Amino acid sequence: MIEAFGLTKRYADVVAVDDLSLRVEKGELLVLLGGSGSGKTTTLKMVNRLIEPSAGRITIDGQDTSTIEAHALRRRIGYVFQRVGLFPHMTIAENVAITPTLIGWDRARVSRRVDELLELVELAPALVRDRSPSELSGGQEQRVGVARALAAAPSVMLLDEPFGALDPLTRDRLQQSFLRIRRQLNLTAIFVTHDMVEALLMGDRIAVMREGRLVQIGTPRELLRSPADEYVRRLMETPTRQARVVDALLEDSPA
Amino acid sequence: MSEQLALLPGYLTAHLQLTLFALLLGTAFSVPAGVLVTRMKWLDQPVLGTAGVIQTIPSLALLAIMVPALAALGMQSIGFLPAFIGLTLYSVLPILRNTVTGLAGVAPELVEAARGVGMTPMQRLRLVELPLAMPVVLAGIRTSAVLTVGVATLSTPVGAPSLGNYIFSGLQTRNLTAVLVGCVAAAILAQCLDGLLRALGAAVARRKRGWAAVVLTTIGLLYGYTGVSLLQDLGARDAGRVVVGAKTFTEQYILSEILAGHIEETTGAATEVVSSLGSTVAFDALRAEEIDVYVEYSGTIWATIMGRDTAPDSRDAVLGEVSRFLREAHGVEVAGALGFENAYALAMRRQQAEEIGIRRIGDLTAYARRLVMGADYEFFGRPEWTAIRDTYGLAFASQRTMDPSLMYQAVAGGQVDVISAFSTDGRIAALDLVVLEDERGAIPPYDALILVGPRLVRERPDVVAALRQIAGTIDATRMRRMNLAVDQDGSGPAAVAESFLQERREARSAR
Repeated sequence: MIEAFGLTKRYADVVAVDDLSLRVEKGELLVLLGGSGSGKTTTLKMVNRLIEPSAGRITIDGQDTSTIEAHALRRRIGYVFQRVGLFPHMTIAENVAITPTLIGWDRARVSRRVDELLELVELAPALVRDRSPSELSGGQEQRVGVARALAAAPSVMLLDEPFGALDPLTRDRLQQSFLRIRRQLNLTAIFVTHDMVEALLMGDRIAVMREGRLVQIGTPRELLRSPADEYVRRLMETPTRQARVVDALLEDSPA
Repeated sequence: MSEQLALLPGYLTAHLQLTLFALLLGTAFSVPAGVLVTRMKWLDQPVLGTAGVIQTIPSLALLAIMVPALAALGMQSIGFLPAFIGLTLYSVLPILRNTVTGLAGVAPELVEAARGVGMTPMQRLRLVELPLAMPVVLAGIRTSAVLTVGVATLSTPVGAPSLGNYIFSGLQTRNLTAVLVGCVAAAILAQCLDGLLRALGAAVARRKRGWAAVVLTTIGLLYGYTGVSLLQDLGARDAGRVVVGAKTFTEQYILSEILAGHIEETTGAATEVVSSLGSTVAFDALRAEEIDVYVEYSGTIWATIMGRDTAPDSRDAVLGEVSRFLREAHGVEVAGALGFENAYALAMRRQQAEEIGIRRIGDLTAYARRLVMGADYEFFGRPEWTAIRDTYGLAFASQRTMDPSLMYQAVAGGQVDVISAFSTDGRIAALDLVVLEDERGAIPPYDALILVGPRLVRERPDVVAALRQIAGTIDATRMRRMNLAVDQDGSGPAAVAESFLQERREARSAR
């Protein structure tokens, strides 16, 4: 369970995140949805202290994150980066093994864990273990990124637009894989995206952010049925309007 | 050639001692400094700026500055230490700059990923930033290695033997073989070190553990051998051997070999010749007990060290005052005058001098405006020149500074008209030059004196006594002949010295 209380991040002359409070239940996937500059990534990075909040606090399972050393905190939280960030001088296996090794697992256990994770993200361990990241496709790279984040069996996952740079088919496959994985492992996760469809498909609940503020939080159904304001209403209209256009195309086409 | 190659192991080892350890210390300093600079941005300008300024100091000057600097600190100021420190300073900038560039070039998303997976700042540096910056850092070390091998040849004038000994003595004694051997050896050494480092980089980049191990072992063995030889050399320095110094011209090379040979023969003491010392470096070295004995000229002490600008009446008066001054101010003894003078003298082509009717310096006054004067590096800065110029009112059309070994060719070939010759140089006669009479006595006398340092005076009276025997045994004709044997006939200074000593031995046994 993740809770944020009055979370605020101020830079010299802008407020990136303004007095944000929310709660992610155990096993729940919360989508942070918003345009660029809405503060969603800043919020995400404050959870594992890649960015330190200016005010407010965050607890994970009731424990205040500021009482834990930053690097120790991050080893307990899986993080999937928008730009993947695999280390080019390490093999795939070495990349996945990083966090367990830092924690001090023995080699045999780390090695078993790497194979297990590669299989979980649908990569053949024998084929990719000793490859270099540059030899993989974009989709494969991000699968490794997910495996690396899961390596030390974190109870919490943070994902920063993880599939944003992938082509639509690959993105769809990875979304399905991730939904399966997170159910299988009962992960508590925060998932940042600016893609409405992705938000609707992935999220148990969606938190809409705008200019650093939380505009509305609720299930996809709640947001579609009763948007809190004009902004959310227009946001939610986009996918349904697109769906209607697609439907119309299907009906018009000669069968 | 084989005579030159016989010297190679010694010079090469000495060169490696300087280069490898300067590079090691330079790297050990520069990489952490580079890391620190990237962590504390405000250090960037001061640290890189300082390293940049050091790099712009001409390398020869940087090494030479170390001598008085170390002497002021009361440390060993001649030999390995000043050269080593100078080279280390010189090696810093390329490594430092490449470390900073390499670390700055690590993609920000990788730095963030390293934080995100839970690395501490040290782990991030060790596991991600340094490995990724490694190719750039290694390129800096390679640049530095090649640079250091080259600059290390300039260690010779501060008393550290190196491949530069070939080049310095070869240029002075017109031995082109020696110069070539020195240059080629330095070039090959630079290529070898660069190749080793390149191989190391390639092995690491391609993750060939075996290859990397082979290269690292080779580098390790090289350091091991050089380190052991360095320790042996440093140990040997304390073994009470008598160190004979020589400045950077032929006569000095010959005389230092004669003194060393004579000391060994007479007293059985081990000797070492440290040659190609800069002019003032030699006297500083004697005072600081880094060398024990060398030959200096009374006029040089009079003008340069005592700072006198008027010429005295007689050779004996100068000798007396110089001896008293050296004993009282520096604890240096004059073991005797060798028996000849090597004075500064103005010389011209005989044909030209006769054509325009010049026999004395005073005759030049009217013609000087149409003539070009050539001199060695220091002459125009010396008080003797000021005295000559002012006494005779000389104003030449232009003044050219050049290596003393080239001056004689320059005047004989007509590139210059007048030179600051040394009166014992055999080439004056050989090239048909005339020495102009100093009729107003502007130039002080330059008796060649054997100067003995304080340590020898204290501890080895037998060596001082042996040196006294050499006094008065070499006249100007003799010296000129010996100089010419080296400068024109291509004999080695050691060989010329040996035949002098041989002659003495024969004369003694004949008696």
